[in-house]
Amino acid sequence: MSSSKTVTLFIQCLVDTIYPEVAQTMVQVFRRLGIGVTCPTDQTCCGQPAFNSGYRQSARVAAKHFIEVFADAEQIVCPSGSCVNMVRHHYASLFQNDSRWLQRAQNLAGRIYEFSEYLVDVLGVVDLGGRFDGKVTYHDSCHLLRGIGVQEQPRKLLRHVLGTELIEMHNSDYCCGFGGAFSVKYPDISNAMVSDKVKNIIDTGADAVVGCDMGCLMNIQGKLSRMGSSIKVMHIAQILAS
Amino acid sequence: MSKIATENYVAEARKAIKNRVLQEALADLQHRFGRATAESYRRLPEGPDLRLKAHDIRLQTIENLDIVLETLATNIRKNGGHVHFAEDRRSAVNYCLEVAHKHKVRQVVKGKSMVSEEIRLNEALVEAGIEVSETDLGEYIIQLAGETPSHIIAPAIHKTRNDIGSLFADKLDIPYDDDPPRLTWIARKALREKFLAADMGTSGCNIACAETGHITTVSNEGNIRMATTLPRVHIAIMGMERVAAGLEDHDILLRLLCRGAAAQHMATYVSYIGGPRSTGQIDGPQEFHLVILDNGRSRILADAEFREMLCCIRCAACLNVCPVYAKIGGHAYGYVYCGPVGAVVTPLLVGINRAKDLCQGETLCGACQDICPVNIDIPRMLLALRAKLAEGDSAWKVTPADRKEKFLLQVWSWVIRRRRLYDAALKLAAAGQKLFTHKDGVIRRLPPPMHGWTKGRDLRPLAKESFVQGWKKGIKIR
Repeated sequence: MSSSKTVTLFIQCLVDTIYPEVAQTMVQVFRRLGIGVTCPTDQTCCGQPAFNSGYRQSARVAAKHFIEVFADAEQIVCPSGSCVNMVRHHYASLFQNDSRWLQRAQNLAGRIYEFSEYLVDVLGVVDLGGRFDGKVTYHDSCHLLRGIGVQEQPRKLLRHVLGTELIEMHNSDYCCGFGGAFSVKYPDISNAMVSDKVKNIIDTGADAVVGCDMGCLMNIQGKLSRMGSSIKVMHIAQILAS
Repeated sequence: MSKIATENYVAEARKAIKNRVLQEALADLQHRFGRATAESYRRLPEGPDLRLKAHDIRLQTIENLDIVLETLATNIRKNGGHVHFAEDRRSAVNYCLEVAHKHKVRQVVKGKSMVSEEIRLNEALVEAGIEVSETDLGEYIIQLAGETPSHIIAPAIHKTRNDIGSLFADKLDIPYDDDPPRLTWIARKALREKFLAADMGTSGCNIACAETGHITTVSNEGNIRMATTLPRVHIAIMGMERVAAGLEDHDILLRLLCRGAAAQHMATYVSYIGGPRSTGQIDGPQEFHLVILDNGRSRILADAEFREMLCCIRCAACLNVCPVYAKIGGHAYGYVYCGPVGAVVTPLLVGINRAKDLCQGETLCGACQDICPVNIDIPRMLLALRAKLAEGDSAWKVTPADRKEKFLLQVWSWVIRRRRLYDAALKLAAAGQKLFTHKDGVIRRLPPPMHGWTKGRDLRPLAKESFVQGWKKGIKIR
């Protein structure tokens, strides 16, 4: 680990505006590792909400802004697998007919990492010295798992948290029913899906459910809260920094 | 088959979610088949990457479909069969009726076929005064109940043994029984009579092979073999994409099809049908007809963005892992094809605007692509369909589905390029949310258009200060 290393934070809009403490714990983890952190203050959103709803023109505008904001960043780290998947895999499809921007997008795609992926695959760290007394279960977010292939990294990290027992839930890789605008446009289906997810979480007897994407976790938390459950919902950065 | 009812997606989904029996059946189906199928790919001698090879095989065939189909037709004719290229439903149905009339057919036995549902063959035959009997057990149940299939491979998945017991008691005039082996025996007995009396058999086609000029059907009940060999005439109907160029490709696809459909190495009955009975053969039909159906597929073929969908071999593996299908079942999709495959193919066949809920009412989780035996990128095409709905598209005659949303997204894209404006908008929203925030600090109820979220969930309000705002101010962390 080089002490001169610096990472650039890309903070998913949900984390930025609703869960800023998740970003703060990410910073704590990096500082603990002696890694410098920068955060471009012009950043907003990667454009995924527009892209997933089909508004490619609007998504392109967001993507160009993103590419410009992070143009000089060497290594970008983001607390969301879904946003990383957007930048890594979908930006190219937005600029199919624009070679200049396509090149910039592809260049950026090789420099962006999801948080747990960055810790385990790039830094080679699994023990962050975190402590959480209790049982936790892990939810595999769809774009993290199937989009960028991150499955073992967060589990490795969790197994090294002191006092923590990791219990796998049934169908951990099933979608929680968030799906962005889907959750608002098709509330009955979304609600039925998150009800299944929450049942599987409760069945493990875990004290906390951990994930790497606040979109899914916001959905799960919203359901648990409505049910009056005391199960904690934590982003992996929070448990690593605790 | 019912008419197109894709507009009822939301209402039908709601009904399905409330149906406890259906919910259990769907969970059980996915539990049994979803994981087992993934495991069956891992056990392939060539390894799971055979799926990727199969994708290339399919795409290559699709891109040369005109030549491959001509070869198929030539070789089927060489084997003594008849081939009819049907441009649409009408043409396919008329051809079947002509053949039936020519042979004075009064009774037809059918092997399970989704494409026959697509052209509503039963309806047409019945209207012409011909008795039609489905011979797949699931399809037989559905036909007795006067319903439509809710799964491509397991059409009666929404019915319990009690449902079937009552149905048989009512329709077959027998005492009530809900023991599955006995029910199967009862159906078998009733169907044997039908097989022996039928003048004509119809079937689908799982994969045709151009090189040899044969079609292949798979089943686990043996009914297709009987329906295609006992009657005097056999008509097979296939979607024009269901063909392999050579026998080697055909075998790879057949193996993957059985794994995708039911996690089997090979189905119990596989029939290679290469034409009518030839001299000296003791069984088989006197006449064999193959109907090759277009019905909107050429249009899909012509569009490079959606051509990949024609790679589909209708195994239904994607239904067995889709978390949306798991909750809403097959009927909600309002057309023959349901689940992830239906979410793409139905809008392309019946109209994108008309079936917009099918492609928007999915979460893009990607489980469908991972389980697909030919690795079709369904999420990519769901996104492409959404793009057409968002912006409109003249080639597919799509009008923008929601102009208000389009305008809002344009405003949004303008705001997110300007962080200071974005911060101001956040501030405004944070002030507005106070009206909806409960005293325990949680939002329990939101106004439209966000009210869907709070229907079954709470929401945490926006933070007083965003992370980036704090960072800008040099907030101390730790």
